[in-house]
Amino acid sequence: MAEVTGIKEIIKPENLVYKRTGIMTDTVLSYCPGCGHGTAHRILAELIEEEGLQSKAIGVSPVGCSVLLYNFLDIDWQEAAHGRAPAVATAIKRLLPDRFVFTYQGDGDLAAIGTAETIHACNRGENFLIIFINNGIYGMTGGQMAPTTIPGMKSSTSPFGRDVRMMGNPLKMTDIVATLPGTYYVTRQSVHTPANVKKTKRALRKAIQYQFHNKGTCFVEIVSNCPSGWKMTPVESIRWMEENMLPFYPLGDMKVPDEKTGK
Amino acid sequence: MERELRLMKGNEAVAEAAIRAGADGYFGYPITPQSEILEYLMEAKPYETTGMVVLQAESELAAINMVYGGAACGKKVMTTSSSPGISLKQEGITYIAGAELPCLIVNVVRGGPGLGTIQPAQSDYFQAVKGGGHGDYHLIVLAPASVQEMADFVELGFDLAFRYRNPVMILSDGAIGQMMEKVYLNPHRERSKDVPEWATTGKPPTRSRNIITSLDLDPEAQERFNLKLVAKYNEIREKEVRYEEFQCDDADYLLVAYGTSARVCQKSVQLARMEGIRVGLLRPITLFPFPSERISVLADRVKGILSVEMSAGQMVEDVLLAVNGKVTVKHYGRMGGMIPTPEEVVENLRSKIIGG
Ligand SMILES: Cc1ncc(C[n+]2csc(CCOP(=O)(O)OP(=O)(O)O)c2C)c(N)n1
Ligand code: SF4
Repeated sequence: MAEVTGIKEIIKPENLVYKRTGIMTDTVLSYCPGCGHGTAHRILAELIEEEGLQSKAIGVSPVGCSVLLYNFLDIDWQEAAHGRAPAVATAIKRLLPDRFVFTYQGDGDLAAIGTAETIHACNRGENFLIIFINNGIYGMTGGQMAPTTIPGMKSSTSPFGRDVRMMGNPLKMTDIVATLPGTYYVTRQSVHTPANVKKTKRALRKAIQYQFHNKGTCFVEIVSNCPSGWKMTPVESIRWMEENMLPFYPLGDMKVPDEKTGK
Repeated sequence: MERELRLMKGNEAVAEAAIRAGADGYFGYPITPQSEILEYLMEAKPYETTGMVVLQAESELAAINMVYGGAACGKKVMTTSSSPGISLKQEGITYIAGAELPCLIVNVVRGGPGLGTIQPAQSDYFQAVKGGGHGDYHLIVLAPASVQEMADFVELGFDLAFRYRNPVMILSDGAIGQMMEKVYLNPHRERSKDVPEWATTGKPPTRSRNIITSLDLDPEAQERFNLKLVAKYNEIREKEVRYEEFQCDDADYLLVAYGTSARVCQKSVQLARMEGIRVGLLRPITLFPFPSERISVLADRVKGILSVEMSAGQMVEDVLLAVNGKVTVKHYGRMGGMIPTPEEVVENLRSKIIGG
């Protein structure tokens, strides 16, 4: 009996330090153990809840491992064709300008097949948020080379490592969109440590709030891991990411609005 | 209400009719012979009057995906293009059909394949009526034969699109897009404030979330969805067939033609009748659903049928299916931007059907 009372004591509301996010549904996530997608979803769900945006949010999910994202967050969703999310979101935001509109896209989706849609939406300064998950590989189709695959990195279509002379160079989309006049806030983050999760959440919160400034596209890259595609354990993948991905894709803000002028 | 009389190009009529039909958004990319539509809308600035969004996209691919996004918000949205651009749109069109979204797509057809020509053709019939993109789906396809119908079918197209939650295509051609005729324009319709219950507009606490997708990884569920589409297409076949007959009552021979070819054939009917050949014309107005039953009924009464198209022979396959071997069916067509003359049609009727 004493033990039961103890539990009741512990689960008192004032002792709450961590809870299920209301916006997350009960659907079991379809991701591999250790995959960064789940963490990114959780942050996004927390922010939509904390910012009170559930009734205003319209998400556009990509083709990639996060294709079923619409099953995980309890908001209105549109599933776009591979790479077309920024075009889809363009129309949503122009037709419903007071809503919170965002796309969530992998690197194959955003930086290969959807390059034109991404660059043009950013260049027009469409007022929505692009969340870009860069895991350096095509996760969903089984670990093929992505436009973001770093030099020397192995994948199922670069089995001896990416040879840039033959296969071309990795594309740094975030660097590119930061140079476009249409973007308002551009940053590169990661979710592989608790500290980075916090930083990413801070960045995403800003990006969400900035959407209501109506000043242009906000673009948040999240460098992430793909243990299955990389053929590593989750822990190995985190280490590999720190040692190889982050030097190539350094974290930090690339374009921030001037807090004073708001430009 | 009074309809306003104007002299307009077919393309301009589409643009003006869209504003008047209360369209919420237009997304396009320039291509001859239909660029006047985007130009007209940019000049008319409906975003300042009705609030209609007009946007020049970076490609047809982007434009059709903007249509997807807008349609999924329950908005009345449209795009227009010509053959090469419509090919590029096919990806988006199949997603729109698969997500059961209403929208209007106008194809002002030019000759192909490839870059082809900028002159009128009817060589995109298969693409329009048999699906075009991947997967089992149909568009509702309307075939205007005048500037008046270019205007009228915009409103009709939107109504059908929303009634069936299905993309509608106006299959026009460069001749009808470019020619000027008088046109009676409908009065302005207010942009609708109704929000369809399936639309993604942000989830209020009063309903569960709306998801617009064409994905179902469970084969049984996907098949159930396919069957639902089949039932919808069957209902459309039952209720929405539209066609026009010209002197069919006493006809010994029948011409079947749509759009520009139908205009030519109307003249051919007159020429043939002056020579004592009793010919009628059936003009399909809907190409999907196709007026198969009516053609089958007429096939019982006539001695032969000539299908006339500006193509190598596409619609003729649907005529053959409708006639099912009852009488001779032949095709006559010009291609590459060439338009058949009324005399050529009569000549071919004589050589291929009457003499044959
Ligand atoms: C038009 C088209 N081409 C190819 C595919 C196959 N495909 C599905 S997901 C994908 C790549 C996804 O990779 P990424 O965007 O990096 O996302 P991840 O799975 O790594 O999260 C590809 C090529 C498709 N669905 N559609
Ligand atoms: S394949 Fe990679 S990106 Fe996809 S769920 Fe698995 S770990 Fe994540």
